[in-house]
Amino acid sequence: MRPDLSAMDTLPPSPGSTVAFEKTALDILIATLRQRGYTVVGPTVRDDAIVYDEIGGVTDLPIGYVDEQEAGTYRLRRWEKDTFFAYTVGPYAWKKFLYPPEERLWEVRRENGTLRFTEAPLPTEQYAFIGVRSCELAAIRIQDRIFTGGPYVDPRYQARRERLFILAVNCTRAGNTCFCASVGSGPQAEGPYDIALTELDEVFIAHVGSVLGGQILAEVPHRPATEEERAAAAERVQATARTMRRALDTTDLRDLLFNHQEHPHWEDVATRCLACTNCTLVCPTCFCFSVEDLTDLQGESAWRVRRWDSCFSQAFTYTAGRPARQSIASRYRQWLTHKLAGWVDQFGVLGCVGCGRCITWCPAQIDITEEVARLREQPPQTERSPS
Amino acid sequence: MMPTPPSPAAQPTGPTGNAWVPIPFTVVRRRREIPGTVTLWLAPPEGYPFAFRPGQFNMLYVFGVKEVPISISGDPGTPVPVAHTIRQVGMATQALVNLKPGDVVGVRGPFGSAWPLEHARGHDVVIVAGGIGLAPLRPAIYSLLRHRPQYGNVVLLYGARSPRELLYARELERWRGRFDMEVLVTVDRGDRTWHGHVGVVTTLFPQADVFFSPQNTIAFICGPEIMMRFTVRELLDRGVPPERIFVSLERNMHCGQGLCGHCQYGPFFICKDGPVFPYQKLATLFGIREI
Repeated sequence: MRPDLSAMDTLPPSPGSTVAFEKTALDILIATLRQRGYTVVGPTVRDDAIVYDEIGGVTDLPIGYVDEQEAGTYRLRRWEKDTFFAYTVGPYAWKKFLYPPEERLWEVRRENGTLRFTEAPLPTEQYAFIGVRSCELAAIRIQDRIFTGGPYVDPRYQARRERLFILAVNCTRAGNTCFCASVGSGPQAEGPYDIALTELDEVFIAHVGSVLGGQILAEVPHRPATEEERAAAAERVQATARTMRRALDTTDLRDLLFNHQEHPHWEDVATRCLACTNCTLVCPTCFCFSVEDLTDLQGESAWRVRRWDSCFSQAFTYTAGRPARQSIASRYRQWLTHKLAGWVDQFGVLGCVGCGRCITWCPAQIDITEEVARLREQPPQTERSPS
Repeated sequence: MMPTPPSPAAQPTGPTGNAWVPIPFTVVRRRREIPGTVTLWLAPPEGYPFAFRPGQFNMLYVFGVKEVPISISGDPGTPVPVAHTIRQVGMATQALVNLKPGDVVGVRGPFGSAWPLEHARGHDVVIVAGGIGLAPLRPAIYSLLRHRPQYGNVVLLYGARSPRELLYARELERWRGRFDMEVLVTVDRGDRTWHGHVGVVTTLFPQADVFFSPQNTIAFICGPEIMMRFTVRELLDRGVPPERIFVSLERNMHCGQGLCGHCQYGPFFICKDGPVFPYQKLATLFGIREI
């Protein structure tokens, strides 16, 4: 029997409750967010890939698409089902909205023999993210710690983050390069989110994560989810975890990295790594940037921008006339050691959420899970872990 | 008692309360120290409070050129105008050394950790500097001399490449004239005018040994990484406890706030966890190539 979706509760669903709604009604949810002033961003198809961009409604979503990912391979194709979220993550992470690839920090003018600095206005964007996966939520939690955990707080990230609305989606299909289950960041979405959806054949099962999420859902025709629907939703997510093929063994990972700092294996990776920076650009947690100072042609005003940068670039460590990390071996070592070891010291969590982007988008098919597994096979030379 | 690592720096405050936006400071004095190296004294805008702890650095911005981290080389007792000793290495430092009195630079800071003078009380203090590495140590020396009775013996070992590259030569002579401080100077290569010691800075240790008792010594080191490595070894060999050896590291900070990632050194951000570190924290990383 088809459940009756017209029997709407008058009160907004409260946080912690689970409701069901027709998949096409996602359109109403998106419209509601837009009416409330949100710039709604979600998955779309561009250049044969899933790309997060502004969306106006469900017709902009990649309905009926699935992706096939492998090390160094990404293919998007249609399949026979009208699924909304069957694909996994594409090349872009949400960080491009919360922490744009380039932004102006301040301007300065020569004035009366001195310099007048003016901070760039704080961003006013109010984003609603549609379709944030559990690994990506984990990445947002990590970047929250980096940019707002102190002692220094990044006001620009904070301004965008505070106004963010998150509609999460539990993954009902594992990509071939996914390994979130092994690093504890999925496939079940954990906070922070306002609403988390699980896609069933006929309906979305929505878990309400915040008061605001409930208020938005109140505008969408819905009804309480049945026991069977909740079980079916849970089973789909569990099946995703079961069918995940890759895994990163996190046992003593920090010490493993620090104890292998002078290991010949880094040279082996360097024969394959092109230092192209792809992995750091697609990574949802990588946060390094450079600042650049620019001037107008008259030399009257100047401004500073910050741009994403990468520890794989040789110029990244240019200090007093030479790069501190000249070899590719040392740069790959830096990236992996930071991500899986130094990060733990700095932010109390792993810097890897198991999204698999660095594997998919590496032109040399270098696989982070594989490189760690190979390091594990090698005995450490020395006790190197900083205490 | 074992010293604790230096505490994080106080937050710099700009007019917007934002550590990103520079404050315009005016060059009030410029002195050519040695070839290619200049000290600039920078005065903050009227009423702008500026204080620093020895070992901290500022980010200096030259209009339209670039911003670079430069350690503060003046006396923390008279923090303004703030002194920076700058060696010309690249584009930004070239622009800095060419500034003249009246020019305005953007200043953010101070950033970073400090030499732990509070832990030096009652100890002999051994300061080892190589080349421009004397600049970030000079504020510590001023502080030690200002509160001289609080400390044991104070010994400075300084090495430069050649006699004409001895930084703060007149001050070195003045310090050497004091009865309460030992100053030993060496150059890598002498010339006809040089009658002093020749050799790398670590070759001064046999001479310096009589001036400090290793068990009761705290050491501050700044210079090229290889020089610091060998200096640490000499001190450890003599029995200076590793937790009382402090070094200052250098990397190309862009933000000063532990956000941009440029200055990472193992698990540390040199800009906010350093630049001054207890050697103990770095022991397992020191000496790894290209870390």
